[in-house]
Amino acid sequence: MAFSNLTDRLQGTFKKLRGEAQITEDNIKDSVREVKRALLEADVNFNVVREFVAKTQEKALGEEVLLSVRPGEQFVKIVHDNLQEILGGETATFDLPEERRNVILLLGLQGSGKTTFSAKLSKYWKERELRPMLVACDVYRPAAIEQLKVVGGQVDVPVFSIPGSQDVVEIGRQAMDFARRENRNLIIFDTAGRLHIDEVKMDELIALRDFIKPSYTFLVADAMTGQDAVNSAEAFNSQVGIDGVCLSKLDGDARGGAALSIKNVTGKPIVFASTGEKLDELELFHPDRMASRILGMGDVLTLVETAQKAFDEKQAADAMKMKNRLMRGEFDFEDFLQQMSMIGRMGSLSKIMKMIPGLSGALSDEDLHQGEGELKRVKRIINSMTPKERRNPQLLAGSRKLRIAKGASVEVSEINDLIKQFNTMRKQMSMMMNTPQAKEAFGGGGGSKFTKATKESRDRKKKKKKQQRDQRKKRK
Amino acid sequence: MAEEKNGLLSKLSQKLFKPKTVVREVRRLAGLKSKVDADFLDEMEDILIHGDVGVETTQKIIEFIRKDPRTHKETDPHIIVDLMYDAMFEIFQQDERKLAFGPQKPYVVLVVGVNGTGKTTTIGKMALELTNQGKEVLLIAADTFRAAAVEQLGIWANRTGCGLVMRPEGSDPASVCYDGLTCADAKYADVILIDTAGRLHTKIDLMEELKKIDRVIKKVMPGAPHETLLVLDATTGQNAINQAKIFNEAVNVTGIVMTKYDGTAKGGIIVAVRDIFKIPILKVGVGEGAEDLRDFEPQEFVDALFAE
Ligand SMILES: Nc1nc2c(ncn2[C@@H]2O[C@H](COP(=O)(O)OP(=O)(O)O)[C@@H](O)[C@H]2O)c(=O)[nH]1
Ligand SMILES: [Mg+2]
Repeated sequence: MAFSNLTDRLQGTFKKLRGEAQITEDNIKDSVREVKRALLEADVNFNVVREFVAKTQEKALGEEVLLSVRPGEQFVKIVHDNLQEILGGETATFDLPEERRNVILLLGLQGSGKTTFSAKLSKYWKERELRPMLVACDVYRPAAIEQLKVVGGQVDVPVFSIPGSQDVVEIGRQAMDFARRENRNLIIFDTAGRLHIDEVKMDELIALRDFIKPSYTFLVADAMTGQDAVNSAEAFNSQVGIDGVCLSKLDGDARGGAALSIKNVTGKPIVFASTGEKLDELELFHPDRMASRILGMGDVLTLVETAQKAFDEKQAADAMKMKNRLMRGEFDFEDFLQQMSMIGRMGSLSKIMKMIPGLSGALSDEDLHQGEGELKRVKRIINSMTPKERRNPQLLAGSRKLRIAKGASVEVSEINDLIKQFNTMRKQMSMMMNTPQAKEAFGGGGGSKFTKATKESRDRKKKKKKQQRDQRKKRK
Repeated sequence: MAEEKNGLLSKLSQKLFKPKTVVREVRRLAGLKSKVDADFLDEMEDILIHGDVGVETTQKIIEFIRKDPRTHKETDPHIIVDLMYDAMFEIFQQDERKLAFGPQKPYVVLVVGVNGTGKTTTIGKMALELTNQGKEVLLIAADTFRAAAVEQLGIWANRTGCGLVMRPEGSDPASVCYDGLTCADAKYADVILIDTAGRLHTKIDLMEELKKIDRVIKKVMPGAPHETLLVLDATTGQNAINQAKIFNEAVNVTGIVMTKYDGTAKGGIIVAVRDIFKIPILKVGVGEGAEDLRDFEPQEFVDALFAE
């Protein structure tokens, strides 16, 4: 029967309202596992995952749980915020004074996107009133110099190269002369892709660095990189030294866990995101977006955030009151309506259901659509009752039913169905709420700020405040 | 002789002698325990994930070991090592084959993949391998998009003495393929290697462009392409699965080339790719030089995966 479906759904929501008071190792166990898995699947390095999750968990333990979500879900939110903080951390600022000859050195593995990025970077700063030039130091890959010349031409930035030379320091020396002659105040060095374990080529990079003395050195790393990201980033940073990172190919569908790995081992900020083959597809890095992308749990986060907004403390207190009534089997149509409007504030039923992992697949759009229609009808029926009737469903007899049916434009039989279902539900709930587990879960006084907010305690508080006020007045 | 030291042999040995210690490591581990227990399996899991094998396939392999009847008996260390290898070979030994470049003549090979994985370089390496065997090779430069991509392939053509079909940058890549396959040289070629532009599998229009290239090839030369190779970078993580999935759906990939295996990445993701899509791994790139291309050897690969 359709209505029992709805009951199930509402019960699902009530289950979510269970609101354990605090985050404990036990009540987030599943979520910790999920988060670990999500990070590993996003290619965050194994050791980084361990360390990060352990630290975050430690931080989260003992935190109070929002009434509306499960502790595990809240943990995910904490993970997200923490991740965002780590990815963001210090924001990068550039000091590239116009009157100086600023030098930028780009380095990275083969095929990571250095040449494209160098052209994008020159365009970026050209638009910010600097006079950039590009230097072709990839003296190995066939036609690499040619490639830089073409992209340099596309952004109308001069490209310096010495055809046939494999001496990058010499290229650097002459490039600096060129910059002086041509009055360039930003010199960007594109270098050959190299393996961090290639000693000869790492030495070459160090020699070039020592000669040109870069203002900034950027590591260009492919967003699709796997577990190995830590090895190369760590080697480039410790041997040559980097000031920041550019993540490339972020326009793909890689989750980009390498960002966290690299940030973790180098401690250097991720500054740019390269998001396409076109030369204006360059963005400043957004830690918040990256955190969501890595976790791939955007929906849970939205749920937690929405819940956070919808449930203020007053409602929490209401919910507590309702809980007490539920336990005493006093749940009435008024409560029912309130419950529904609470859910309503979080958005449409289908939106909410879709945000709940596990449920999203279980219910078809049709189910949800139907459920929503029913909710509306139920709401209409209840709204057609007088407040008295809502408080006391026993009053609902023949003539009253007729009136309500007319008001809600439904059949009397539908009202009968609703009442029947409502009574069963009330019984079930009172049974459910009186099980030892439920009592324990809802706690008598277990330390939650919500538990404390019973009417009695609020009255006590009010009294105390009044006393204090009076005392202050007296002192004056 | 001195040359050989920096060449293939030394690279081979660098890669191959390390693993012995690992097997010893596993034996040590096994020797301590003499039985497969939860700790042992956890440790195995760590090693696999560290090698980019990915969560799902790792779990599958661990399950394979767990289910093996030998697992729960008192075992001697050698059997545990065997068990581990069996689990991996279970995946690799399904219809493993070598890249034969024949018997069809010309044997047409289409090379595809995302940006910067090493497609052009791999074509250069294959061209050398083939010309060394006395084969007539023709290269078609169908990357008409990336700056200087045609020049890059042109340099490889010169190095290896192969023919090259090229059109100016910005030409329609499918037309370049048409021209290449119908030109006079194509009749004499034993092998035709087609280089395409790197493209992220998420770009729908670029994938359509690739499908068109494939259609045109099939039309002008029924039966071709005889091989469609997807080039995957060994440093790539889980995203390689998406790449394989979408490229395979678009142009029916028949084999995989794993490049940049000379780095520190273990390339474990090809285990997952092999497992999920049943596409054989045919070649491995171990450097930037023309001779740095090898056949894929599952045994060596698995050894290296378990190396420190
Ligand atoms: N270390 C290493 N580098 C490689 C390998 N294969 C290609 N590369 C380098 O990766 C970069 C991109 O290669 P390229 O062939 O241009 O990639 P494409 O964009 O896929 O055609 C170049 O710098 C190549 O030299 C390999 O097996 N090992
Ligand atoms: Mg290419």
